[in-house]
Amino acid sequence: MKLDRTTLTIAAVTVVLLVAGPLLPAWMMSLIKISLCYGIVVLGMLVLMRTGLVSFGHGLYYCLGAYAAAAHDKLANSLAEVGDASGWALLRGILRLPKMLVDALTGVFGPYDIAVMLVFSVVVTGLTAWILGFLLRKYREIFFAMLSLAFSMILYGSLVKSSALGSTDGFNIAARSVFGATLEDDSLRQTIFVSIVAVTMLSAWLVNLYLRTHRGRLAEAIRDNELRVEYMGASVRRTIHVNYIISAVLAGLGGALMAINIGHIDPEMAYWTTSGEFVFIGILAGTGSVLAPFLGALIFETIRSFAYEYSPNTWQMALGITMLLVILFLPGGLWSLFRKMRGKAA
Amino acid sequence: MVQLLAVLIDGLIYASWLFIIAVGLTLIYGVMKILNIAHGSLYALGAFTSVTFTSAWFAHGYPAMGSYAMLALAAVVVGLVAGPVIERGLLRFLYGKDEVVLVLVTYALFLILEDLIKLVWGVDPLFVQGPKGETPYALLGNFSIGGLTYPTYNLLLVGVAIVTAIVLTWVLARTRAGKLLIAVIHDRETAAAMGIDVGRTYFVTFTLGAMLAAVGGALTAPTVSVVTGMGAEVIVIAFAVVVIGGLGSLPGAALGAVIVGLVRAASIHYRPELELFAVYFVMAAVLIVRPKGLFSAAEVRKI
Repeated sequence: MKLDRTTLTIAAVTVVLLVAGPLLPAWMMSLIKISLCYGIVVLGMLVLMRTGLVSFGHGLYYCLGAYAAAAHDKLANSLAEVGDASGWALLRGILRLPKMLVDALTGVFGPYDIAVMLVFSVVVTGLTAWILGFLLRKYREIFFAMLSLAFSMILYGSLVKSSALGSTDGFNIAARSVFGATLEDDSLRQTIFVSIVAVTMLSAWLVNLYLRTHRGRLAEAIRDNELRVEYMGASVRRTIHVNYIISAVLAGLGGALMAINIGHIDPEMAYWTTSGEFVFIGILAGTGSVLAPFLGALIFETIRSFAYEYSPNTWQMALGITMLLVILFLPGGLWSLFRKMRGKAA
Repeated sequence: MVQLLAVLIDGLIYASWLFIIAVGLTLIYGVMKILNIAHGSLYALGAFTSVTFTSAWFAHGYPAMGSYAMLALAAVVVGLVAGPVIERGLLRFLYGKDEVVLVLVTYALFLILEDLIKLVWGVDPLFVQGPKGETPYALLGNFSIGGLTYPTYNLLLVGVAIVTAIVLTWVLARTRAGKLLIAVIHDRETAAAMGIDVGRTYFVTFTLGAMLAAVGGALTAPTVSVVTGMGAEVIVIAFAVVVIGGLGSLPGAALGAVIVGLVRAASIHYRPELELFAVYFVMAAVLIVRPKGLFSAAEVRKI
């Protein structure tokens, strides 16, 4: 396999982040970490946007991933309780499975292990997206956006009223180990940083590989004209379904990493304004490259933190105006600027 | 039995409120194919402006009954100012773009307007209230039905909703302007070719829609504390209403409002923990069975 330009860039960015990261001041570190977490969610949006679909409810998976990571023991326990209460042996057995898995993994790695949390988030978001995908893959345009929105608001509505999971306040979590190695203070902070960089950059690389496969390339054809894709014998629904699951898992990973990073989660993660931010960054960045979402997220977070610092009441306005300018004058997103520059240089 | 009655009445009051807001949203979508997220901000603008107008009214010591006129005036002013500014200043450059792009444009507009409201009115909660604590909400007294007592103000809400529905239906079905509007809805290009001024139709529609959002806000202002962020809450529930009914459909908005109103009232009375869940669950359920909402026209498949 020939190394392409994007792979090299991803490798370079990873090395630079890992080497330079610990030397940076704390505020810059946290800015980078948050941008990477947001970036991976938007990377998910990109996979979906390539098929021409925009989800106004990706907060669903962002939030679900975070809750699955943070509350996997609570969720497994309550599932087991439901199973016990049902009185059916088979159902009881099935619903006890997650609890057995949690207990087994906790036995090996200890509680709140970063690797275990990430695995749970992937499994839960992947399964949910697989199920919802059968439905959502039939929808297009605004109806896709609205149905996704409805699902995310269902999650929001349930979490807000669920006192076991902290209602509107959410709850705090603290990662304690990675692959069984216990962590404290400095080593914990560094491990979290390395995990975030590793997971996001690895995902970017994998998505880049996927977009070059047969199915990956179909996405843009579907966006242009799905009827013609069907005539050529490819399944539009299947492709959309696959992309939807990938997109959801990436969003879930983003949520889980964010939960591990800031140590707190709340239902606001599933509210429609959070999903709106992801769409915003997606549009800002453009779908030109798997690295565009990370750049977009970094710019978004920088605007937000500086605008918030200096003028807390106008930061949304700054974002809104930026977005209008991008839509009006840069329909391909910021990444298209790079293309233009490169085009001129060549 | 009393509880069932309470659900019905609460549901209908809530449905009237929802209809006033959702009808503007569905009108704008039906004609212009813009799902206007900024509708929530126009609603909030209506509420904030009516606080300013009524405070000025009370500050002059004028009779409290006149505060209703101030609510109406606030809605009209917001509609006539914000509507044209947004349509002429921004949206008209974007007609013909993808529907999803237009959603994003109105989302950007929503962000801008949210902060504009904070800049003008501050971030503290405001109330529509006179110097002696009189509010348009309590001024009309109460009415009783089947042993339950409600502020008469709610009847005003129901009345406004019904009048809006009747007037809009009448305009669309019986007047020249309404028929021109329907022609534009069906086929914008052909309508333009026949000499209909599409630009003007859009302008009037958006202004009217903005005014309806502001009416919703102005009528809500006396019943709640007016806070920033009230637009964000309202717009998602208004989306649920219009999506359930079928985007762009007037009877759809009415049916959607009644469904959401009753579902919410029922869940508040019987299972309060399911309130938000229930509304969006119904929205998802309707979309699953009728992907384009209850009242939706079949679309021609284009290759």
